[in-house]
Amino acid sequence: MSRMYSPTMPSVYIDQVGVEERVSRLNKRSIKKSSKRSMLNLAMSMLDLTTLEAKDTPGKVRQLCTKAMHPHDLPTIPAVAAVCVYPNLVRTARECLRGSKVKVAAVATAFPSGMSSRKVKLEETRWAVNEGADEIDMVISRGHFLSGEFRYVSDEIAAVKEACGDAHLKVILETGELSTLDNVRLASDLAMYAGADFIKTSTGKVQPAATQPVTLVMLEAIRDFYYDTGKKIGMKPAGGIATAKQALAYLVMVKETLGFDWLTPELFRFGASSLANDILMQLIKEETGVYQSLDYFSKD
Amino acid sequence: MARTSKKQTALKFRGEWEYAPAPESKDHIRLEKKYGLFINGKFSEPRSGKYFDSVNPADETLLASVAEAGAEDVDLAVTAARSAYEKTWSKMPARERGKYIYRIARLMQERARELAIIESMDGGKPIRESRDIDIPLAAAHFFYYAGWADKLEYAVPGRTAGPLGVAGQIIPWNFPLLMAAWKIAPALAAGNTVVIKPAETTPLTALKLAEIIRDADLPSGVVNIITGAGSTGSALVNHPGIQKVAFTGSTEVGKMIQKTLAGTDKKYTLELGGKAANIIFEDAAIDQAVEGIINGIFFNQGHVCCAGSRLFVQEPVAAKVIRKLKDRMETLLVGDPLDKNTDVGAINSKAQLDKIHKYLKIGVNEGGEMYQTSCKLPSRGFWCRPTLFTDVSQSSRIVQEEIFGPVLSVQTFRTVEEAIEKANNIPYGLSGGVWTDKGSKIFRVTSQIRAGVIWANTYNKFDPVSPFGGYKESGMGREGGLHGLLPYIQTYSN
Repeated sequence: MSRMYSPTMPSVYIDQVGVEERVSRLNKRSIKKSSKRSMLNLAMSMLDLTTLEAKDTPGKVRQLCTKAMHPHDLPTIPAVAAVCVYPNLVRTARECLRGSKVKVAAVATAFPSGMSSRKVKLEETRWAVNEGADEIDMVISRGHFLSGEFRYVSDEIAAVKEACGDAHLKVILETGELSTLDNVRLASDLAMYAGADFIKTSTGKVQPAATQPVTLVMLEAIRDFYYDTGKKIGMKPAGGIATAKQALAYLVMVKETLGFDWLTPELFRFGASSLANDILMQLIKEETGVYQSLDYFSKD
Repeated sequence: MARTSKKQTALKFRGEWEYAPAPESKDHIRLEKKYGLFINGKFSEPRSGKYFDSVNPADETLLASVAEAGAEDVDLAVTAARSAYEKTWSKMPARERGKYIYRIARLMQERARELAIIESMDGGKPIRESRDIDIPLAAAHFFYYAGWADKLEYAVPGRTAGPLGVAGQIIPWNFPLLMAAWKIAPALAAGNTVVIKPAETTPLTALKLAEIIRDADLPSGVVNIITGAGSTGSALVNHPGIQKVAFTGSTEVGKMIQKTLAGTDKKYTLELGGKAANIIFEDAAIDQAVEGIINGIFFNQGHVCCAGSRLFVQEPVAAKVIRKLKDRMETLLVGDPLDKNTDVGAINSKAQLDKIHKYLKIGVNEGGEMYQTSCKLPSRGFWCRPTLFTDVSQSSRIVQEEIFGPVLSVQTFRTVEEAIEKANNIPYGLSGGVWTDKGSKIFRVTSQIRAGVIWANTYNKFDPVSPFGGYKESGMGREGGLHGLLPYIQTYSN
């Protein structure tokens, strides 16, 4: 098995047809009433409310942070898990979110391409943590991965993990560039064995971003890692999840692959921006029985 | 076998909250209190004067009272079929026959939701299966064979094809409407007429099919649907007016039928029991294979003749596969067949549940290690938890005999040769499954397993185009595809 990276890391085959069938079966779950409400609230609490645009400003980030802490006036609706920004806006987010439980996540390591030197990546990581980031979302070097330099990829993840100090590390695989589910699985295993706290599908800058089959394969990798080591690694699909209905489908996958232990913001996150308002709309609909106009939901 | 269940790494699939009930509404379902026999195009009271009850196995409520056809009723049905054969159906232009069969298919699609709900109420299977598999496949069989009606000469190149006459057909309770479609569609396409007997625990969708056949304006007597139990079936098989017997059911009854037919000129096809080997090699995509194992054995509560009831796992991955299997079994939702989230429904009848319980006892007494999921079962109705046996061997009765329930036996093997030998070491030969990422291994193994259908890296896939049937004690003849058409025709030289 030429693709085996180390003796401790198993080599695993993935059957794409089987994965897609499993996803389609999971999508037949019908989520209604009380279960719908609790899952929508859960999804809200798992959001990494994200803005990653080159035109981002402190003003924009401050608005996003306000929304993150207080998505809606309805008191039962929880705050989101984190706000995700570029490193130069971490300080702004940190100041806005002070006193709340909402975490600050920063993308780092020459996000989204990762096309820089390891020195620069580590420096950027340390800087983001010093600025106040609780969580670092790094990208793997896809070029090295695709040319078979797994050791390079693994060492880099381990080095970034060390640079993170106490901050949590999410490792973005950018599955849209990995091409096959076999690669997704291998990259997941590499990241977990190298020290990732979370594995994450995408930067949001490459299409396709998060998909259900990719997420299922990653959840199954997390399950195997847990079986083998007893360690619980988190999962974050990111990009392309815009509707509450999609979010519910992802939560069904988590519930039936990893169980209730993973249905917490500690171990599952959605990387999204427009998803928040759709969840709010559905939650308000569950409360009142009618859909409200989008004008009643703040666009931050 | 390793009994690894490290407490600290158990996954938690139950307890905090469950999916809220999502039952399919049955408000629009119209069932008669009492059903007669469908003979010569209309429902009539049985000459026997007898009726039996069809109950919902999920709550033991009475669904309808159904006529029990006696010998006299069987004779009336065969006579009607013979008359329709001689006067209309065999004389009709083949293209016209095809139109009728297409019409049945379309009407089934139009009433698909109703048929699915009744199938689940009468038989206990989850609505997800009746809605997504049974009913669409049944309609697909009619569509497929409708296409053959005017193309019979292409089925037997160089010869002329003609019908046999009256076909007597007996179908089981596990896929009531689908089995009716498998039987009726090719018979009609070839120009035969039909007397069909559904199983006594699941007659309702066949009676709904009678309504559809009536609504399709099929000439009277072309399809006759007579309800009853074993004695009705026996009267049908023994009737001198039929030219062909098609039976799907147990090997035991199949052997009786074969004895009965010995020395007669009746043609017959038998689709009987099975005890399929589902073989997982160490180089399989394990998570997808686990899914295939689950679908292989728990589909339709294991009431499937081609169920993958004997699991063989290569030793290096055995502990992992069993652990994953147990976790996956915990996520199976057992309960109300009409709930859209139900994975495993009710056992079809009290008698079948008793039989399954008998085998569970045998398995434990023989030293097998039994594992059952922790799900709660409804208080009324017939239920069995998804069950897995380890520590069993080829000589165990639960490995050798068909249980026809949600019970999987697990054995391990070391080499490819050993897997093939063990897979074949059984009187049955209906189906099998092979799981490996290596294509060459698939060809090597599947070519050496003596079974009618073998799936590679998947399980329980059906299509009207694909023939289905068994080796050895699993039966003779094929259903589906061109192979399924041939048993209903005779050929003449041009």
